[in-house]
Amino acid sequence: MFDIQTQLFEGQDIRFGPIDHDKDPEIEARWTHDSDFMRMMDVAPARPLSAAMVKKQYEKLEKKIEEDKNFYYFAIRAREDDHLIGRAVIQWIEWSNGNGHIRLGIGAAEDRGKGYGAQALQMLLRFAFAELNLFRVTAVVPEYNEAAVALLKKFGFTQEVCRRKSLERDGRRWDLYVFGLLKDAWLDHANS
Amino acid sequence: MKELFYGELVRLSLGEPEAYVRAEVRWQRDSEFVRLAGGNLELPSEKKIKEWAEKRIEEGPQPWRYSFDIRSLADDRLIGFLGLWVDLMHSEGWVGIGIGERDAWSKGFGTDTMKICLRYAFWELGLQRVSLGLHEYNPRARRAYEKAGFQMEGRTRKDILREGKRTDTLWMGILREEWLALQNGEKA
Repeated sequence: MFDIQTQLFEGQDIRFGPIDHDKDPEIEARWTHDSDFMRMMDVAPARPLSAAMVKKQYEKLEKKIEEDKNFYYFAIRAREDDHLIGRAVIQWIEWSNGNGHIRLGIGAAEDRGKGYGAQALQMLLRFAFAELNLFRVTAVVPEYNEAAVALLKKFGFTQEVCRRKSLERDGRRWDLYVFGLLKDAWLDHANS
Repeated sequence: MKELFYGELVRLSLGEPEAYVRAEVRWQRDSEFVRLAGGNLELPSEKKIKEWAEKRIEEGPQPWRYSFDIRSLADDRLIGFLGLWVDLMHSEGWVGIGIGERDAWSKGFGTDTMKICLRYAFWELGLQRVSLGLHEYNPRARRAYEKAGFQMEGRTRKDILREGKRTDTLWMGILREEWLALQNGEKA
């Protein structure tokens, strides 16, 4: 069946939406003050940002999206009250090779453990494979982000690369995992 | 102290950009070379390549980027380039080597260059790890990297579509302690 009725941007409890330049910077700035979150999300140094700095980042981001055409950014919001929950991103898309990198973050601690991440990943993968027609997606995760590793495995991702001792944090070295999901495996998984 | 920039077959240097720019224009026309090296087949103009080189000069030496010309010791000919990009927070280097002169392929220049590069990365820059990626269809590069001490760490499956076929990207890495053990083994 040719399914265009199922909404791409509406999940069970969440929806994808555009950036709200007035309301979002303050909320995202709060997330950057949570070093645990920042270290799960990024290998770059965690650092607290002000709302004004986040606002500037959003502007840069939208400019980049417009110019590079290989980047999709979705704000994840609660359907119930529309509050900002996190972000879902597909970046570094190589159109000629049909691949891209995905990133997902649930910003506030009280929004974690509610299955929002799984819903967002399901929507993001459908967008990547059924709308952008990518052949594969890649996700890079530090070994200490056990929740992300479990989520990716649940969705049928394969651990393809172990970049041994690539990260330095808390005075020790950590592995960085590269996960991949191919379109066929996604289809099998989505139909099962 | 060791002479850091000399190997057995090649030396690392950095000259005035003119020679490099002229060579690079020629190398970029060689689609086999560019496809092996992993670049984009954009056929940049001499003016464009010159601008890139001049921009690097203008920015001056950066602690996160080290670029070298590769010259053969026998005839001091420019045969390729080496780039090393450093993640300062995690003490990791990413390396890329291109031997643009076709008659310099399969003669051990790449292996020799990589050995110099690793010595520089671990002994001079104090890195904890050096990483690289290469195409599955480039077994010559893989052999050179293995000879220099790199371990295979995995492959991103079918991420490149080339000539109608899906092919993997391979990812390799070498840890500081592995490289040090190799040095001790070679001396013993």
